[in-house]
Amino acid sequence: MTTLDKAPAEAPAPTAAPTPGSAPEPVATGPERKLKLGGVTREDVFTVLGALVGSLGLDWVLYERVLPFSGALGFLLCWYLLFLVGYYGLGRLQWGGLMVRERLVSVVAWSSGALVLGLIADQIGYVASRGYEAAQHGNFFTETMERTASLSPITSGGAVHAVVGSLEQLGLATLFAVPLGIAAAVFMSEVGGRMARPVRTLVEAMTALPSIVAGLFILGIVILTFGFDKSGFAASLALTVMMMPIVTRAAEVVIRLVPGTLREASYALGGSQWRTVWNVVLPTAKRGLVTAVVLGMARAVGETSPVLLTAGFTSRMNANPFEGHQISLPLYIWSYVKLPVDQMVARAFAAALTLMAVVLILFVTARILGGRAAGEMSRRQKRRMARAERQAAVPRPAAPSFGAAPVAASVAAPADPAVRPSAAAPFRSAVATGEH
Amino acid sequence: MTDAPMTDVPPSHGPGDPAETTITLPAVPAGADYVGHDGQQLLYPQDAHYQGYPEESVLAGLETREVSAWFGARKVLERVSLTMPAGEVTALIGPSGCGKSTYLRILNRMHEMVRGAALSGEVLLDGDDVYRPGRRPAEVRRRIGMVFQRPNPFPAMSIKDNVASGLKLAGIKVTRDEREHLVETSLRQAGLWDEVAGRLEAPGGSLSGGQQQRLCIARSLAVSPDILLMDEPCSALDPTSTRRVEETIAELRGQLTIVIVTHNMQQAQRVSQSCAFFLATHDTPGRIVEHGPTEQVFHHPRDQRTSDYVNGRFG
Repeated sequence: MTTLDKAPAEAPAPTAAPTPGSAPEPVATGPERKLKLGGVTREDVFTVLGALVGSLGLDWVLYERVLPFSGALGFLLCWYLLFLVGYYGLGRLQWGGLMVRERLVSVVAWSSGALVLGLIADQIGYVASRGYEAAQHGNFFTETMERTASLSPITSGGAVHAVVGSLEQLGLATLFAVPLGIAAAVFMSEVGGRMARPVRTLVEAMTALPSIVAGLFILGIVILTFGFDKSGFAASLALTVMMMPIVTRAAEVVIRLVPGTLREASYALGGSQWRTVWNVVLPTAKRGLVTAVVLGMARAVGETSPVLLTAGFTSRMNANPFEGHQISLPLYIWSYVKLPVDQMVARAFAAALTLMAVVLILFVTARILGGRAAGEMSRRQKRRMARAERQAAVPRPAAPSFGAAPVAASVAAPADPAVRPSAAAPFRSAVATGEH
Repeated sequence: MTDAPMTDVPPSHGPGDPAETTITLPAVPAGADYVGHDGQQLLYPQDAHYQGYPEESVLAGLETREVSAWFGARKVLERVSLTMPAGEVTALIGPSGCGKSTYLRILNRMHEMVRGAALSGEVLLDGDDVYRPGRRPAEVRRRIGMVFQRPNPFPAMSIKDNVASGLKLAGIKVTRDEREHLVETSLRQAGLWDEVAGRLEAPGGSLSGGQQQRLCIARSLAVSPDILLMDEPCSALDPTSTRRVEETIAELRGQLTIVIVTHNMQQAQRVSQSCAFFLATHDTPGRIVEHGPTEQVFHHPRDQRTSDYVNGRFG
């Protein structure tokens, strides 16, 4: 009999006494200690620390006493270079050349990562500290700028109209750009043919399109030629122009990652090309497609110049994107941060903070909505599967009768305490059987 | 769809009760029910109801006439003519690169999906050329299913959806109950039902390799094909899983026509009733050296090269 065919309940209980004739069991001495694999040793830490401290001292001497330079940036840069040299020297004392080079590369990689992280943290921290002044007052998130003069105190006025405008414009742009972008990606990767290459070149060129040109394009076509007023809708069209190439490029990459064997399997089942794309390719690439959409949204929500030319400006709430001027958060920031009034600058920074929060919320939502990798189970699926496995562990005859079930089940499955069903299990299993 | 919709699937199918189909069987002599009364094998057993669809009760055979194939300028197959009898298992054997897989992919029009691929000749499914102008490849492929070398369940679908995916892909509408029934029937046919009955909602990728391959077989069976092509279905599997797949093939014999490519001589002997030996040299395209009943090809080969190959003296 194969192990595949063996029911899980037949597995020997882990605590079973050793049967005569079996191999002698090792003497149990408490739980096993797990070996520590990888990680850092004391030497690693001290080498890095030593190099840091030593290079700092040398850097101070050079900068303050020897070299005719000054300035924080040069000091830090010089410190970093001296640190690398020092680390190499210290490493060379302990390890061989190959090993030191290996470690040097990893130190450079780590420090680059730390630099990027530091810069991001610095940006967010700076905006947060400047924006806190206005954002700490609740009115910033409930009021518009309609009744706020330029010298009004910070406790009046807010950016709720800009948040509404941003969300509406982004929503419309996503609505236009995502179907177009994914359709274009499907065309390039699935249909292909002679036209795929020019389309790809065009999309690549559009990725590099300066955003002000997108604004000018919509200004020229929609507003000047067709005579529409500046509005949130026109702004969302300009954002679509910015968003679409990014969605297309990213979507094409993830669609290409779907294994060709899956397409073959689908065709071998009699699937047409369209059904294969819809039922097999896109669901398999779902997680990557969500990332593509999120990338496009991230690009669009922060764009200022397309919006600048197409949305107009208003200090009032305008929830209708199709009529009248509508402001968005980037435009709000751009408009107020240049004013020579402290309260206005503070409001602009608070709006920047809000913009970051909006982006974060959008990202998290998108991840939750569609971020599961293909084949990974949702929590609901996992729960259902666990239930089904519990049910499978219960011997069938025990299931139907509810009253006698606990007794019957505990008699029938005494081998392993882990699989002994709870009193409610037979009832659940009966329900589940009805589902199938 | 021009094909008959899936309606009213009676619970009994194939030989014996569904519950028996997953019981371990001896390797080859299953499907003995389909041997005629006087011991002769029937080419077209009229009384064999495949999956209980009266319209499709007649098993379809496959025949190729003078099939040649090219990749670009390189000719890979030379005038291959072969009859694959209905309801039987035909094994295609031969060294790597002799055109077996290409031949197999020609049978269900997968060959033409490769850029630069060309072919000539006729492939007759039930006497009707699958390459007849105006015939849709999707319709041909639904009637001639295929199982690939590496298991390829759809990762975004659950086990149940994987099995029923053929309906979705072919645009066949069924009710929920029919769907559930079809899933169970197909999984039973593929010998997988008992192992996955409790977790039909789990993703197809969560199964072991052998189970995945049987899932792919179940998926192919769910659209009730007349022919099932298998391209080295066990080459990525361990011996235990291989045996389960072979048992599945043995159980399917008589229910539909199977063509299997294999590099494993013992497997070819165990599962097939007829056998064709392909051979290509570095300057000549692949062609059939010898074909006939498996027994004859393996034990009384007419050609010296066949004898050398099946006895492991080259290749």
